[in-house]
Amino acid sequence: MLVLLGIAVVVIGFAVRLNPLLVVVLAALVTGLCAGIDLPAVVATLGKSFVDSRFVTVVWIVLPVVGLIERGGVRERARTLIAGMRAATTGRLLIVYLGLRQVSAALGLTALGGQVQMVRPLIAPMAEAAAERERPLDDGTRELVRAHAAAADNIGVFFGEDVFIAIGSILLIKGFLEQNGIIVAPAQLAVWAIPTALLAFAIHATRLVLLDRRLRK
Amino acid sequence: MIGLEQLYVLVGLLFAGFALDQAFDRAWRSALFWGCFAVLMGAGSWLAPLASGALVIVLALLAAIGLKPKPIVTTDAPAREASASRLGNRLFVPALAIPFVTVLGTLLLPRTGWVVPKDVTLVALALGALAGLALAMTIVRAGPMTAMREGRRLVDSVGWAAVLPQALAALGGVFAAAGMGDAVAKVVTATIPIDTGPVAVVIYCLGMALFTIVMGNAFAAFPVMTAGIGLPLIVHRFGGDPVIMSAVGMLSGFCGTLLTPMAANFNIVPAAVLELKDRYKVIKVQAPTAFVLLAANMALMALTVFKRWI
Repeated sequence: MLVLLGIAVVVIGFAVRLNPLLVVVLAALVTGLCAGIDLPAVVATLGKSFVDSRFVTVVWIVLPVVGLIERGGVRERARTLIAGMRAATTGRLLIVYLGLRQVSAALGLTALGGQVQMVRPLIAPMAEAAAERERPLDDGTRELVRAHAAAADNIGVFFGEDVFIAIGSILLIKGFLEQNGIIVAPAQLAVWAIPTALLAFAIHATRLVLLDRRLRK
Repeated sequence: MIGLEQLYVLVGLLFAGFALDQAFDRAWRSALFWGCFAVLMGAGSWLAPLASGALVIVLALLAAIGLKPKPIVTTDAPAREASASRLGNRLFVPALAIPFVTVLGTLLLPRTGWVVPKDVTLVALALGALAGLALAMTIVRAGPMTAMREGRRLVDSVGWAAVLPQALAALGGVFAAAGMGDAVAKVVTATIPIDTGPVAVVIYCLGMALFTIVMGNAFAAFPVMTAGIGLPLIVHRFGGDPVIMSAVGMLSGFCGTLLTPMAANFNIVPAAVLELKDRYKVIKVQAPTAFVLLAANMALMALTVFKRWI
């Protein structure tokens, strides 16, 4: 039970806003030591897990591309494009993006999107430009609009991907139930992801309509 | 066969380039940070685990004292405006080429036999990035050095957050080695009396979300909560349907993912990538949707899992 102290380190560390990287390393050391593993072995476990998790970081390979097109003015171009469309409010733009992201993820195309390659160069500048058509943005409102662009990407992919039968989470469920003697087809699981996908769209789209109303005030 | 190993070397070289560039600018802390990371990335497979662990600790300490990046010279706002009106919609081509090539690669690469099957998605992403890079260099008329420096400009603005998702995944590995899952499951199941089906549903969904908030990943929460509450109570004692329970249960976990800094690549990295002052702003914006959707999931499961209405 002592290992739960590792979670306490995480919660307290994030709450007092220590550097998150430091919090994570401290939590790993505390957890390992509390589990009775000696210090060199804990450091080695941390190192091995870190190296084993390198696949998470491969996405940064897109940085030079995004940097170059930004140098060429892609964000300015995205703004101009949206500024010319009077019907494209921030909320409506993000509702369309949310829907597209959900549908494409449901078809297994989770790569169509992403915070670094899609939201930063295209979606966020478009959302800002649409908001600026109403009035100039103060810093707080600009942050709000950008954060909403990031949120639409996350919510779209989370509540779309499970409708696709070959996605990791569906395969994990199938494998786990099989180990416990329950045989299910991935398609059955995917069908039961549809109601939540629709609810997610309805709830978040409503909030985006409210965001538009707030931006207009 | 091309697989993750080759990608790691490629990504390692990219970060080594960033580190060298920072060293030339005498931004020593940044150079050391990205240099250590480049070694872990490119040579991780050949390092002793203890050495890797020591390098991870160095990364954390450097992040804690601050990386102090130096701004690099790039185009100014008027130049970008001029370039944007000259190049027009062609600027979108590289950005759209990345997902296009990635999707195409995911579909076609398995047939070639050149790629390790389980690594196809990331190899396809790398191909997409290289195709995008070639297009961007042609359209913007810039060489590889400029591309690398522009990449460094972005990595400087993202900072240590770029490494956080991988560090959290590593923490998950340590949690697993220390038996954290069982400890949390014991606390959840021991403290709450569960005597009706709907109560079990509420506790299961809530547990999925909470456990995901703690672990940063619904995949880690699912086996623990389902073995602890889902299967023994909802399915076996109260006769619930395991398909509905699992599908909606996993999505309840995803509601937790929207709420936690532990899911750094979705919640903390975007705040850094979009240069937000409030690190938790994305989570704050997502929270109302997450809470309402979690409640909706509980209602959905309670109404359907026991087969009374379907």
